[in-house]
Amino acid sequence: MDNILVARGVSKQFGKHIALNKVSLEIPKNSIYGLLGPNGAGKTTLIRIINQITYPDQGSVFFDGKPLEDKHVAMIGYLPEERGLYKSMKVGEQALYLAQLKGLSKTEAKARLKYWFDRLDIGDWWHKKVQELSKGMAQKIQFIVTVLHQPKLLIFDEPFSGFDPINANIIKDEILQLRDNGTSIIFSTHRMESVEELCDYIALIHRSEKILDGKLTDIKQAYKNNIFKVGLGLKNVNGLLEDLQDNFQILDSEYIEDGQQLNFTVQLPSSDTGGLLAKLSGKGNLNNFTETIPSTNDIFIQTIQNKNLHE
Amino acid sequence: MSKLALIIKREYLAKVRNKSFVIMTFLSPVLMVGMIVLIAYLTKINDNDIKTIGVLNESPYFTNKFESNGSISYIDFRGVGLESAKDSIVNIGFYGLLYIPDAADMEAAASASYFYTQDAPGSSIIDALETVFTKQLRQQRLQDLGVSVADFDRVDHNFDINTATFAGQQNLKGLNEIKAIIGGAFGYLIMMFIIIYGGFVMRSVIEEKTSRIIEVIISSVKPFQLMLGKIIGTSLAGITQFAIWIFSATILLGVVIAVFGIDPSALNSGAENAPGFSGAAAYASTADSTMQLYANELFKIPWAMLIGFFMVYFILGYFIYSSIYAAIGAAVDNETDTQQFIFPIILPLMLAIYVGFFSVFNNPHGPIAVGFSLFPLTSPIVMLMRLPGGIGEGGVPIWQVITSIGLLIGTFIGIVWLAAKIYRVGILMYGKKPTYKELFKWLRY
Repeated sequence: MDNILVARGVSKQFGKHIALNKVSLEIPKNSIYGLLGPNGAGKTTLIRIINQITYPDQGSVFFDGKPLEDKHVAMIGYLPEERGLYKSMKVGEQALYLAQLKGLSKTEAKARLKYWFDRLDIGDWWHKKVQELSKGMAQKIQFIVTVLHQPKLLIFDEPFSGFDPINANIIKDEILQLRDNGTSIIFSTHRMESVEELCDYIALIHRSEKILDGKLTDIKQAYKNNIFKVGLGLKNVNGLLEDLQDNFQILDSEYIEDGQQLNFTVQLPSSDTGGLLAKLSGKGNLNNFTETIPSTNDIFIQTIQNKNLHE
Repeated sequence: MSKLALIIKREYLAKVRNKSFVIMTFLSPVLMVGMIVLIAYLTKINDNDIKTIGVLNESPYFTNKFESNGSISYIDFRGVGLESAKDSIVNIGFYGLLYIPDAADMEAAASASYFYTQDAPGSSIIDALETVFTKQLRQQRLQDLGVSVADFDRVDHNFDINTATFAGQQNLKGLNEIKAIIGGAFGYLIMMFIIIYGGFVMRSVIEEKTSRIIEVIISSVKPFQLMLGKIIGTSLAGITQFAIWIFSATILLGVVIAVFGIDPSALNSGAENAPGFSGAAAYASTADSTMQLYANELFKIPWAMLIGFFMVYFILGYFIYSSIYAAIGAAVDNETDTQQFIFPIILPLMLAIYVGFFSVFNNPHGPIAVGFSLFPLTSPIVMLMRLPGGIGEGGVPIWQVITSIGLLIGTFIGIVWLAAKIYRVGILMYGKKPTYKELFKWLRY
């Protein structure tokens, strides 16, 4: 089995509101899976079904090849979007309690907590009360509690909200580290830009339906449209731009550094760049030649537009 | 440790460590005993104040009929006028002056009598004076009808009727009331416990919602486990509090008794003798052995059975109500929104207490008492008020006890099931205050 989690035709309805409509997903092991979509699309409902907080009306979910059951909650770590801690409880005591609820023994939990508290440099918080902590500090505790029982599957719902940039980076590195150590991770967010550097796979959820899923690089390949950005250090070549405009579809061009450098964006008919490079050879030093890859946000918007068009 | 045990432990510790809980636990008995001591002290001061009344009797009647006692002391005035008597009373600082003028007969003298005081006199004083007048006047009227003083004394006795059951056991007046009060105390205890600790459960649920920890927890445990653990943990904290109260109140009471020199053997003598005393043996007439009879009857109340049933009704009643409290806590976002939902819960509890006190006192086995002791939302309180009378012959019929507990268990399962459903949906709902209609919808999610 190379999928940690498989959902087949999962539907969920609250009264008249359809929260999920026949959503199917395959989440590969040892990867970061981005669950993307605007607020209210149904991401949280799907995550709650995976966590067995709610149950699907239709469809089924398989964890590591077996139908989801009670014992699986100990193999899943969940950091909800709406998260908090008991305010009047001490940090260490509370972390121990939450770890024990996940099935860790007290001694085991204590040892692991000590490791994580040292690792995130918060060892002296053990006897503090939660109400003395800042929001970012509390988030660190919540992160530790989520990963402490070494779950096979981690689910982060908007993990970076409430973190300052420095701590957000620390947490991001920890997430990548966990992935490298073999944990599968579901990463749910409505902020597409945070997806690019983390996710190996993505699924787009829109209005209770999955509208796109797959490997992020594959999706990007599928959505790129052969647009290249070129920067050329010129060697006194006149008429090059005109020549290029005759042969290629130049979207945008400018001269900088007193005409010493030409920057332009070109739309090629296919991914074959040979013709363009042949044309440019000998005309100057190629400083920059990159394919513009659409951002996840662009892909998302484009997919929704296409979908609305078809409806 | 199982998850449920973990939750119970946390809820218990969270409650017991709470500062207000600690303060309330240790302050309440002190306040209670302090209040009792204060009342006793004030009563004692009041009783010590002997009122002195001057009597200016110009008539030949009522001579030496006003006898000083523990609270009133009479001083005879002789050979002075009314006005100078009044002046002296004011100067000496006596309470008042009773003036009986000379008249043709006793009736006229009594009618013309006046009682002078600085301010309006207390009703107990008036009563004392009137009693003397009434007795003398009645005696006089009977004498006029030809009844001698000796005959009158023979006639003038209060009469107490002897009562007995058909089985031949002597009944004691007021025993039903005493039994109902004992049952009522149990019922009242249940009501207070439900309202106080149900409220704690509700606030604890609201706290988990507002602190947003709820979703973290229920990704590890089932909502039902959490609800159950919360209810059990909170009730254990409550039982701890009661245990501390009973323990410390006993000690404090001992201290009070020692300090104020109340003789405990005087209070307990009846109870001590009771075991060796046969209730059927005595058709006693002296006050002392009547006390013995009461003590004997109290001793015969089936305490073990009563405490056993108290536990059964307490646990079932508490679970029914506190799971409703938990559901309310789950449905709302803050405590101010709970009012409209709490009132319907308190209503049956209050009804049970009042109906219990009024109908069970008068008629412990009448139709209203029976009805309310079967209806599951009131039975924990009302049935406990009836049970001191015993079960079976002369007490609560066995079928009623069985039906009542059966209905209670059925309701318990139904209500906890419904409450768990509302709780499960409610804890994840934020924002607006739900209506009853929405709560009903949640049941089907």
